Amino acid sequence: MERTFLIRHPSVMIFIALLALFTLGATILSEGFGIGLISTSFVKTLGKTLCLCLVAIAMDLVWGYCGILSLGHFAFFGLGGYMIGMWLMYERTKGIVVDQLAAAQLPPTPEEVREAIGAQIFGVVGGSEIPTIWMFADSLIIQLALVVLVPGLLALVFGWLAFRSRVTGVYLSILTQAMTLALSLYLFQNDSGLRGNNGLSGLQNIPGAENISQDVVSVWFLWASALALGAGYLLAAWLVAGKFGNVVRGIRDDEARVRFLGYNVEAYKLVVFTLTAVIAGIAGALYYPQAGIINPAEIAPIASIYLAVWVAIGGRGRLYGAVIGAALVSLLSTWFTSGRAPDIPLGFYTIEWVDWWLVLLGFGFVLVTLFAPQGLGGLVDRLVRNPRAARPQPARPPQSAKEPA
Amino acid sequence: MSSLLEVAGVSVAFDGFKAINDLSFEIGAAELRAIIGPNGAGKTTFMDIVTGKTRPDSGRVDYGEPPASLLRMSESEIARAGIGRKFQRPTVFEQQSVRDNLTMALDNARDPLSVVFYRPFATDMDRVAELAREIGLADQLNRMAGELAHGQKQWLEIGMLLAQDPKLLLVDEPAAGMTLDEREHTTDLLKRAAETRAVIVVEHDMEFVRRLNCKVTVLHEGSVLAEGSIDHVTGHQQVIDVYLGR
Repeated sequence: MERTFLIRHPSVMIFIALLALFTLGATILSEGFGIGLISTSFVKTLGKTLCLCLVAIAMDLVWGYCGILSLGHFAFFGLGGYMIGMWLMYERTKGIVVDQLAAAQLPPTPEEVREAIGAQIFGVVGGSEIPTIWMFADSLIIQLALVVLVPGLLALVFGWLAFRSRVTGVYLSILTQAMTLALSLYLFQNDSGLRGNNGLSGLQNIPGAENISQDVVSVWFLWASALALGAGYLLAAWLVAGKFGNVVRGIRDDEARVRFLGYNVEAYKLVVFTLTAVIAGIAGALYYPQAGIINPAEIAPIASIYLAVWVAIGGRGRLYGAVIGAALVSLLSTWFTSGRAPDIPLGFYTIEWVDWWLVLLGFGFVLVTLFAPQGLGGLVDRLVRNPRAARPQPARPPQSAKEPA
Repeated sequence: MSSLLEVAGVSVAFDGFKAINDLSFEIGAAELRAIIGPNGAGKTTFMDIVTGKTRPDSGRVDYGEPPASLLRMSESEIARAGIGRKFQRPTVFEQQSVRDNLTMALDNARDPLSVVFYRPFATDMDRVAELAREIGLADQLNRMAGELAHGQKQWLEIGMLLAQDPKLLLVDEPAAGMTLDEREHTTDLLKRAAETRAVIVVEHDMEFVRRLNCKVTVLHEGSVLAEGSIDHVTGHQQVIDVYLGR
């Protein structure tokens, strides 16, 4: 069945092949496994970009296909990062603490170890108690489960409340944004149990792999991210190719009609919202070990708005569009804001890209909206379909594509 | 004859305006019925009530055998119970093919999990082909619904209703904007559908109603003004006053 699915959807096969080629190429050029032409920090940037592409696919499913402009999916992304970050930080600190205490004459009791870990991690927010939410932080299995469960359950409860009240359109967007803002404000508090605005750090150090160089670890994560992106893309493509995709697109285009066909629209929205929140959580759990640090600012509403901008630039309702948008815009953003882009001296004024990048992005967004309303992915569509444009002309000009929201 | 749908003493007001006022209405299991009335007579509100979009302030809406109240059911539950609705302007999924439109409407399991694992088996595809033939779109299955002509969209929507295999069909102004030929085709479709199920047609166009050749209910200010054959109601003095002779 999978094979016939791939044959009927060549774009999926092309994407998987390109992704594999890209990963292989990056590995060959990396310092860890190859000829060392690209730095380890750039390998990490590439790996992080793949994670951003994955969350963009989630955003495309929920917005481009189902018509729900969620401004909360980067919050789910961040929650996934926090969940894996707790294990990484706890176990790493435990390793350090045990080493330190090993010098003492008496072997440390488990209580002493716990206290020392608490002081290490929470000293920065003026505490030494390990909060209750860290109770499973020593178990990788449970924290991995939480990567999926925490964003999933939050999306399930939030979505259930919002959809059953028939909140739609811009009101739903505002509601999701409020959720995101509330979550990030809560995490900024020192007594939230997640180190307030310090966030979790040192996440690039993998417990149990301390002796392995970051050159190697970075390539592992690149592969893991590529695998997750490939799997996520396959799942999303398979979902939208079938009848489920038709129903979901139907909900986007005419919710009432789908309802009168007998479909429980709210249940479908809830499934899509929750599933994409889970995908976002997984993407976040792969992203933050490569970033090394997570703090509440990552979850701020602006991040979710960027996510929507990526998908809009890339092209809604096209999975590869979301990938193109996320990869292009996030890589450009990294380049412009890291100071690598040459400033432009105009004599009376110097354009510094760190400040002007957002202006450029906004300008680009306007250009795409005006000249490629289907996004960059829509341009790809036009290039690919042009040779066989001999489709029967419509009896009447088709109504211009209805833009959801 | 036992009735399929019984609406009794239903009233609904919007901001004090009584859109439906103590309306009572019945239709049998295999019957074609036309509902006519001037603008604001409550025709669309009546459909909204039956399909669950609007909740009445008072009254009873019973459906099926044994009769069950529709007032506690959601729109999608009512649709699954066998009541299909065609909107006034053609609402088909324009960015999907005719085949996908019809497949989505087929009478299959509608919960997300079943739909995710749905495979278009031959029996379903045969049914889609048969429906397409019935509505005159057999050679258009692969076209985008948005590319169809206005009349074809109306038929596609009727086809989608038939695909649901409903017991009761509510059709809002099917002939609006159609050419004479298209109207004849539509009349045939509706008449054929009514051989095995109940069909309620809301229509403005008196000529079209005459062609349907069925019992007519005249609504006025939210309640039934007259009921009977087309000749009976067009001869009815009050009907002439409020509607025909306006």
